Amino acid sequence: MIKREGTPQREGSPWTGVWAVVMKEMADHLSSVRMRLLEGLILLVAIGTVYAAIGTLRTTVSEDPFLFLRLFTVSRSEDRDLSFVAFLGFLIPLAGIALGFDAINGEHNRHTLSRVLSQPIYRDALLLGKFLAGLFTIAITMLALWLLVTGLGIFRLGVIPSGEEVSRGLLFLLATVAYAGIWLVLAMCFSVVFRQPATSALAAISVWLFFAVFWGIVADILIAIVRPAQVPGEDLVAVQWRIALARLSPNTLYGEMLAAFLNPNVRFLSPVLITQLEGAIRAPLPLSQSLLLVWPQLTGLISAVLLVFAVTYMYFQRQEVRA
Amino acid sequence: MTAVIETQDLTKRYGPVVAVDELNLRLNAGEVFGMLGPNGSGKTTTILMLLGLTEPTSGTARVLGQDPARNPLAVKRRVGYLPDAVGFYDELSARENLAYTARLNGLPAREAEARIDDVLNRMGLRDVGDRLAGAYSRGMKQRLGLADVLLKRPQVAILDEPTIGLDPEAAHEFLAMIRTLKADGLTVLLSSHLLHQVQVVCDRVGLFNKGRMVLEGTVEGLAQQVLGGAYRIEVEVTGEDIERALTGIPGVLRIARVRPGVYALDTQSDVRGEVARRVASTRANLIGITLERSSLDEVYTRYFHEGTPA
Repeated sequence: MIKREGTPQREGSPWTGVWAVVMKEMADHLSSVRMRLLEGLILLVAIGTVYAAIGTLRTTVSEDPFLFLRLFTVSRSEDRDLSFVAFLGFLIPLAGIALGFDAINGEHNRHTLSRVLSQPIYRDALLLGKFLAGLFTIAITMLALWLLVTGLGIFRLGVIPSGEEVSRGLLFLLATVAYAGIWLVLAMCFSVVFRQPATSALAAISVWLFFAVFWGIVADILIAIVRPAQVPGEDLVAVQWRIALARLSPNTLYGEMLAAFLNPNVRFLSPVLITQLEGAIRAPLPLSQSLLLVWPQLTGLISAVLLVFAVTYMYFQRQEVRA
Repeated sequence: MTAVIETQDLTKRYGPVVAVDELNLRLNAGEVFGMLGPNGSGKTTTILMLLGLTEPTSGTARVLGQDPARNPLAVKRRVGYLPDAVGFYDELSARENLAYTARLNGLPAREAEARIDDVLNRMGLRDVGDRLAGAYSRGMKQRLGLADVLLKRPQVAILDEPTIGLDPEAAHEFLAMIRTLKADGLTVLLSSHLLHQVQVVCDRVGLFNKGRMVLEGTVEGLAQQVLGGAYRIEVEVTGEDIERALTGIPGVLRIARVRPGVYALDTQSDVRGEVARRVASTRANLIGITLERSSLDEVYTRYFHEGTPA
């Protein structure tokens, strides 16, 4: 007799096969033309900006105790930010989107999805495996890049990085991977929703452009609605609003994290009244305090990644396998 | 006989559309069952439900004693599935594609290597195993698909439209390969809309229409049921009309004049001898007499185009 009551509970681990997917996807990523192009681009930018930074550092701020961190943030130009991290803030979303935009619809279009899902794995494993593979790929690339920059720094500056500089560098890597994660998972989400890879890529790039370019303008308009007829720049509430709105953008969160991790002299990320400065810790901040300063940004970014992943997962579970 | 696949009132609705309607299907161990029906008759949906890739709206399925909605991993470990329009990763070689499947099945590397060699040999792809899957022809891809199915050494193979897009020769070869699966003791569920091909390989056939299995049985049984006869004899004569002479032969169910001088008889047995004697007793000249087994094509055409017989 066949009997079943209520909704079926599935059996077996959702993790089955996840590493098989991760290994396959990573091999694909690392050998793909698209990743090589990005790696080449990032490498060129890294060498260019860091070389310029070294040139600046050798002439001006040689007394700085955090010389190695300055490698990433010093910009040769006065009026525009041409530092390594400024470029990274631009290239990382591109890498995340490039690795994720055809994750699921690509399988659909190649007619491989039903074949892969007919193997003894759950859909969870496929989605999670692809996400982790993208994340690991970016982590490996960034780690290699960081080591390269550090090596270049040792070679050209003739000093070795201190333990704290290394720790801050690793936190900077963590923040970068989390930042890449949000764009990766967003691109994957669109790859589940849209059937055409071109559409999902365009959608992900639109979101990125929106936050990179238009979000500031939108925020200004919103503030004007919330607090009209104030003197601009002198209204504390308006400033707080502006910061709160800006922090909805992953770009802002990443920027603030980089500021705190790579510059121990940054003590505040929000406007502070003179009275609040009483008894504040002196700059440069120790590592633990810098971490504490951007803890909300870091956890916020990671939870945003998890949230988008959950939405993607829900969509994917309900989708028909059939092409 | 033990049931390998068994469904009970299996139903799938997409909104108001009923894709599969209270399907009761039973496959015994070691048989080749053909699901036959036009596109959109619910064959693929049934297959997806059997693999746990789609949840049934109501009803239940059992595959090898497991509920695919509840324990899909146990089902998919022992059931191989060849989707229609099977695809591979074009930028990987055939061997690498199979290696990925092996890893997804949790096979240890050495075991996987041996099995990949084995299935590539068996499908006649040994010499092209290191070629990129993207360079494979449609027929080779289909054989690679079957290799992919056999890699996990399944007890059941589900093949969805396995000969679609193949030229007649490749299709013929592929069907021969499917027959070898039966020799190995696999239970095979095959879906197709190409009737004469199903006829060649299947022990039993189910006719699908609008989500229902409207007829089920052996090819001969179906022919008997729908056409009323399992044989068709064609007689060609010149001279006079022999229709009257032919009536009354025992076992003949129907006589029709195809064109002047050519008569078609639906019969239950081979009555060519009797037909020849009857023709000889007239003044007509017998030119030819041929026997053909009623094909599923006719069953199908008769069933779907001439309305449901009583």
